[in-house]
Amino acid sequence: MNKSTVAAISTAQGEGGIGVIRISGDKALEIADKIFISPSNKKPSQMKGYTAAFGRVVDDEGAVDEAVLLVFRAPHSYTGEDVAELSCHGGIYLTKRVLRAALQAGASPAEPGEFTKRAFLNGKIDLTEAESVIDLITAKSKSAARAALCVKEGAVRKKINLVKENLLTVTAHLSAWADYPEEDIAEVTDDMIFEPCSKAKAVLENLLSTYDSGQAVKRGIDTVIAGKPNVGKSTLMNLLSGCEKSIVTDIPGTTRDIVEETVLAGDVILRLSDTAGLRDTQDAVEKIGVDKAKKRLEQCSLLLAVFDNSRELDEEDKKLIKTASDLPCIAVINKTDLPNSADISYISDNISNIVYISASNGDGRNELISAIEKLAGTTGLNPSEGILSNERQRLAVSNALGSITEALSALSSGMTYDAVTVSLEDAISELMELTGEKTSDEVIDRVFHNFCVGK
Amino acid sequence: MNTYFAGEYDVAVIGAGHAGIEAALAAARLGCKTAVFTINMDAVGNCPCNPSIGGTAKGHLVREIDALGGEMGKTADKCFLQSRMLNRGKGPAVHSLRAQIDRRKYSDTMKHILELQSNLELRQAEITDIKRTENGYELTTRMLAVFSCKTVIIATGTYLGGRIFVGEVSYESGPDGIFPATALGKSLKDLGLPLRRFKTGTPARMLRSSIDFSELEVQKGDEPPCPFSYETDDLGENKVDCHISWTNEKTKQVILENIHRSPLYAGKIEGVGPRYCPSFEDKIMRFRDKPRHQLFIEPCGLDTEEMYLQGMSSSLPEEVQLKFYRTIKGLEHCVMMRPAYAIEYDCVDPLAMLPTLEFKELPGLFGAGQFNGSSGYEEAAAQGLIAGINAAFKVQGKKPFVLTRDTSYIGTLIDDLVTKGANEPYRMMTSRSEYRLVLRQDNADERLTPLGYEIGLISEERYKRFLEKQALKKAELKRLKATVISPTDELNNILVSRETSPVTTGVRLIELIRRPQLDYEALSAVDRDRPKLDRNIFEQVEIEVKYEGYIQKQTKQVEQMQRLEAKLLPSNFDYTQIAGLRLEAQEKLNRIKPLNIGQASRISGVSPADISVLLIWLAQNK
Repeated sequence: MNKSTVAAISTAQGEGGIGVIRISGDKALEIADKIFISPSNKKPSQMKGYTAAFGRVVDDEGAVDEAVLLVFRAPHSYTGEDVAELSCHGGIYLTKRVLRAALQAGASPAEPGEFTKRAFLNGKIDLTEAESVIDLITAKSKSAARAALCVKEGAVRKKINLVKENLLTVTAHLSAWADYPEEDIAEVTDDMIFEPCSKAKAVLENLLSTYDSGQAVKRGIDTVIAGKPNVGKSTLMNLLSGCEKSIVTDIPGTTRDIVEETVLAGDVILRLSDTAGLRDTQDAVEKIGVDKAKKRLEQCSLLLAVFDNSRELDEEDKKLIKTASDLPCIAVINKTDLPNSADISYISDNISNIVYISASNGDGRNELISAIEKLAGTTGLNPSEGILSNERQRLAVSNALGSITEALSALSSGMTYDAVTVSLEDAISELMELTGEKTSDEVIDRVFHNFCVGK
Repeated sequence: MNTYFAGEYDVAVIGAGHAGIEAALAAARLGCKTAVFTINMDAVGNCPCNPSIGGTAKGHLVREIDALGGEMGKTADKCFLQSRMLNRGKGPAVHSLRAQIDRRKYSDTMKHILELQSNLELRQAEITDIKRTENGYELTTRMLAVFSCKTVIIATGTYLGGRIFVGEVSYESGPDGIFPATALGKSLKDLGLPLRRFKTGTPARMLRSSIDFSELEVQKGDEPPCPFSYETDDLGENKVDCHISWTNEKTKQVILENIHRSPLYAGKIEGVGPRYCPSFEDKIMRFRDKPRHQLFIEPCGLDTEEMYLQGMSSSLPEEVQLKFYRTIKGLEHCVMMRPAYAIEYDCVDPLAMLPTLEFKELPGLFGAGQFNGSSGYEEAAAQGLIAGINAAFKVQGKKPFVLTRDTSYIGTLIDDLVTKGANEPYRMMTSRSEYRLVLRQDNADERLTPLGYEIGLISEERYKRFLEKQALKKAELKRLKATVISPTDELNNILVSRETSPVTTGVRLIELIRRPQLDYEALSAVDRDRPKLDRNIFEQVEIEVKYEGYIQKQTKQVEQMQRLEAKLLPSNFDYTQIAGLRLEAQEKLNRIKPLNIGQASRISGVSPADISVLLIWLAQNK
């Protein structure tokens, strides 16, 4: 085990009111002694756990900044080790200088995910909790933060445990029945296996079905804004993102590349791309943009097809309507502040979700957002019920579900119970790997691969 | 008192029960000069409890012992009275063979085999002292003979510090009224072995003519009966029937009125008893609502009128025993030949041993059987075999022989004992193995006979027979894949009658066998070119075809575990040096000293988080 003491900046790097430098390990307080001086001259290593002191951070060149020191004593800290946290003034320069002081005093720089890894290794958190920490750090919306917190506090774990317990009850009964053939243990019947397995299956299916919408909450949906030139795509994007990102002019073809932005629409994160208008063009540069846009269209998870209320639908609009009818799409009728010329019924015949807005004055923004939420499936989604937070968890649940389905089909095809048991035990083992109750050497590496420095 | 020097041995075995027998035979057959000491020459291979060998998971053990070249299966076959394959309808993974045996004949047969074995001396002697010497150990007998031994295997069963309890009566004794080993325990403690007390018990034996069988359910053997040993060709016919009866409200009443007279409930027994094999009064107290309990009445042999009451062990006073036995249908007028009793004995904490069953701190000293905290004849024999092989290998300077969990129930049994320990007498169960579908009783030879041959316990001739069988099996599998059966009315009639869908085109035989509703028997009419093969081959092929997917699944799990088993841990390392390990894990790892990460992960008290610490630590110290 790496016994070194590590340090890193734990707050986001950038301008901020406050920056936290965390030092964790056996020598954390010893290092703090060297770089932190309080007016009372009480050394950090003399402080009790869960106490704070005000003072100055110093390095070879003298005082760096004023700071508040928080002392945590093992095992009562995030990492389970001795921890010193220095809260100083924010900003890249200051926080880096404090960190450098800590490193000079004997700390090693923390690897990505090091603190959480240590917390895991010291038994402070389990695997699902560990994974959710990274989600929490990178959470982009309120919902995402709530979902991450729920995993950390074990909502997914609770669900998984319940399923696991159910399956264990079944396998326990199967074992007793096989191991004591001559005791009068109740015969195992198909129903005794079928019912709990079906229940378990339903729970896992539900977890899987919310995975995609969970991902929509957490990571966002790839959204393309498309429409012929000058229907107001860029204005719509700016309306959604709340600032001027696209260059808005009334000269068709202004947006030649794909402009990307992450915006929050209600509870849903949209990864928006504003594309070049779809039209046949001779301009070589613009043509590349148009081709890119078409490709993007094919890959997106949500299409916002924008139409101009004030102009009649032309061939390009109709082409877009045709493309849109195969995609998850919302038709956005823009410029409702101008008199209607477009054939709305033609649109509504092909695209079922229609929203009317005036991008320039902001009318219809809320309607658009709720239409997006509805389509993303997040409307009925309650993140506090527990959402699988990543591909590893999804894979484990999906494997477990596969094994349960296999058990059920073995049952109905008349296989003997020992075969059914193999599938059930497989499912249990997948779930135990998910919650970190079972070790396989790959899991650990897979999980900690993604962690950011700091937490 | 004057001791005298009586001889030297490579391997000395203390105890000639089921563990001692296999240990001594294995060591002698591997060429070591071996002695086996029994406290009473008439108690060799005694079956002081049930007159049967095998049962769920235990049947697997017997098959595996046989596949490795052990003796138990062959002798059980010679002495069999009735044989049944348990769990027939529950799938091949849990099929388990059990045979009622003639217990006197079994004991005599085993004794004779020991007597005839070259390199082996069978001696009646109580070992009273064991001392460590420069080259091994020195054993002293009650008669003051001193033997110098390179290695010693302790297989003392329930004799070591044995004490019998029947109600208020209690006295020092081994099983069946044979005197106990009273002195050896102190000497073992002086060597530093962590001894503790376990207890077990046995029911009464009744006079056959005093039992009224007329209204009892009869339990017959399988026809034809199936042998344990791959060397036994024909068992002949079943020779006896067993009977089933039930206890009732009156039985329960007698127990409840007298429970205060049970030494266990009166707090006189300190030994820990097995939960899965409770005394009858235990069953009543723990499952009060259960109106009745089942019991089996089994003959103890052909030349005796003693009948064993399976499921009815007790430590209540003799008079209470008679009273409650007589409430049972068929036993109203029973005459008791031997009373039931509980027996408490010294055994060792198996965590002190390596998977070779050698004590970590005492090189050359091994333990096997009940002494190691197990229960059951079969568990004992399995350990005896492994201890015997390893003692011989140690003498000969060969590499230790360890069976892993994925090879056998024997490996699982020993890994459980030395990794998880035993807080109560350990009994083998199918649920203890995570690889049940791979570790079947039908394929024990396939799994272990090549190893038995390599060790030197399987003869050339038998190995040749084994290879021939494997070749036939392979050819039959190939034939199933190659043979196409036409969609005749004859075939479809069979399919429909077995409630599986008819076919319209030709279908490969293997696909038909794969269907759960079909088997060889059902298809015999349409499978015209079927070769004449041993029924075991058909059975095995059928299982492998039907369960192919599941077997593959378990094979994958085996591979996963093998990866963890391949990550070796140092044998002499102080785990307190790894700060990231929790205290409990440090303590457990230091005590058990697992050979690899796989074994470490099975120690209770070592969490997955600790394992990841170990993994990272290993990676850093490469």
